[in-house]
Amino acid sequence: MSSRDDILGQIRKNQPPPRALPPIPAFDAPTGSMLEGFKAALVRMGGKLAAAPADGDLDKLIRELFPDARIVCSATTEVLGNLPLDRVRSPGEVGAVDVGVVRAVYGVAETGSVWLTEKEFKINSLGFLSQHLVVLLDPERIVGNLHHAYRERAQFDARYGVFMTGPSATADIEGVLIHGAQGIRTLTVILHATGSPK
Amino acid sequence: MKRIDHAEASSKFIKAKDHLDFHDQRLWDLRQKRDRESEHIPEWEELRALASAIKEHTLTHLADYLEEFERKATANGAHVHWAKDAAEHNQFVFDIMCAHGAKTLVKAKSMLTDECEMRPFLENRGIDVMETDLGERIQQLDNEPPSHIVVPAVHKLRTDVARVFAQTIGTDPKNSDVHYLAESQRQHTRPYFLKADAGMTGANFAVAETGTVVVCTNEGNADLSVNLPSLYIASIGVEKIIPKIEHLGVFVRMLSRSALGSPITQLTSHFRAPRDGTEMHIILVDNGRSERLGMPDFWYSLKCIRCGACMNTCPVYRRSGGLSYGATYSGPIGVIIDPTFNLRKYSSLPFASTLNGSCTSVCPVKINIHEQIYKWRQVIAERAQLPFVKQEAMQVAGKVLANPKLYRAAVETAGAGIEHLPRFMMYNRLNAWGRQREVPAAPALTFRQWYLKNRSKQ
Repeated sequence: MSSRDDILGQIRKNQPPPRALPPIPAFDAPTGSMLEGFKAALVRMGGKLAAAPADGDLDKLIRELFPDARIVCSATTEVLGNLPLDRVRSPGEVGAVDVGVVRAVYGVAETGSVWLTEKEFKINSLGFLSQHLVVLLDPERIVGNLHHAYRERAQFDARYGVFMTGPSATADIEGVLIHGAQGIRTLTVILHATGSPK
Repeated sequence: MKRIDHAEASSKFIKAKDHLDFHDQRLWDLRQKRDRESEHIPEWEELRALASAIKEHTLTHLADYLEEFERKATANGAHVHWAKDAAEHNQFVFDIMCAHGAKTLVKAKSMLTDECEMRPFLENRGIDVMETDLGERIQQLDNEPPSHIVVPAVHKLRTDVARVFAQTIGTDPKNSDVHYLAESQRQHTRPYFLKADAGMTGANFAVAETGTVVVCTNEGNADLSVNLPSLYIASIGVEKIIPKIEHLGVFVRMLSRSALGSPITQLTSHFRAPRDGTEMHIILVDNGRSERLGMPDFWYSLKCIRCGACMNTCPVYRRSGGLSYGATYSGPIGVIIDPTFNLRKYSSLPFASTLNGSCTSVCPVKINIHEQIYKWRQVIAERAQLPFVKQEAMQVAGKVLANPKLYRAAVETAGAGIEHLPRFMMYNRLNAWGRQREVPAAPALTFRQWYLKNRSKQ
């Protein structure tokens, strides 16, 4: 008998009497603005916020936010950057990127998270090997809590998807919080409506 | 196999006063942060009840859900393997790596791979294994197992880390600045992500509906481990299955709040299918779980989502340190899981508890931890796994407590004894309770004497 059949057989034999699966409520938050909730949660988790530029020039804004950045690589149509993504041949080449730019599908007010999949990253490592990440988020695309976030069922047909909440972080030594553990050192959300003029 | 002596092992930990005090405070701080977070969620108790019910439903239908997960994962293009025990698991990992000519493995933290003792197995066969979580990496470099399931090096001070890093990755031994140490590990680890042949993670949840592996981390190391190499291996205990995507909302809302007191981990990653041109392998591991499922009192421990809240709140864990349990899983959850692996070896662990029940009240999936600890004591006493001194003491106590006359006589003499006995008779090897504390002064009257004098006439 294979290990598979062994394991499943033993589990079937030992399973306690069946218990019912409860329905999951959405626990809608009673009041409060989604956008303000999102902003507060993002900052709490170590993320930064930047207002959309009045002149619509996102490339200029990013150069101002990261004056020392040499390589800006964008997976969005709104930001040009200076390293075209189609020139990147392997995920490891993203290691030279100072600032990666992506557009999130939606945000979560409860936690300040943004949802991103391989469709947004184009190369997944862009969200982790880059030193800094800029995320464009449509302020109209914010859901209240994680129950709603997980009801966007089609999103989870992506091969890879992630709720990113602020930058990578660690507190493994004496509980001292450090932003910029193994992945991005900073995460900046620019509230910018989809289809805004460039 | 040698019986772990938890009290003896923790006495070493207790001797290092600065470590003990820091450890106690750091974990209590996590507990307080957890309280503040949970108090902000009006439906917290409802979420706990839901999480418990979802887990109990899944565990009572586990075979069907595992088959559904396997079907979906296979359709997604992942390869699914079934490992009966640690040896089979480790062999799968090695064989998969060999088939790809893979020599270097970058891995995220996984308690399951610690449970299977996978690292030494692979290292002995020429595989370079890189732990990429900071705490787990510190423990790897110091040749120690993790002492906590969420914060593996919580028993170490920054000076300990500076010593380990100076000896292993060449940092300045005099510099124990935490930012410097963390940055040094980042710089040291980065080239491994770029050159590794394979990446590995455990799983916090595995979703039957979609075949998705969900990993909750803070450092970004799991996403780097999976998104760079062309081979990804996920090791998953069979109890990690949940039915549907929508159930993740319940668990993810509580996991990091219970563990660290933060609303969510910085990264909640969903790995469903391999990238183009890469392979994804999933190893479903039993290693005693199916047997535990058949234990009427103890199967509830399989609901555990490994948040560590029970450890952070436990006065015994906070003051004895995870390594004193001599097992992969320490603290209250370890106390109820470890005896299922080896009753004799871990027979002292259920006694490493005050039975205060705090573990049960913070558990996000409502495992009746303290009741299980009490039940394990019964099992251990019945199977005569108690050490001799405790056995004798309990037999005497049993006789005395069962007989009112004997009990009264004993209480009266004990009161007199505390006042008049010489110290060597009270505080000796046979009285474990007298080792770290003084017995309080005895009252002038026993309760019965007081009651007869003051109340019996009314």
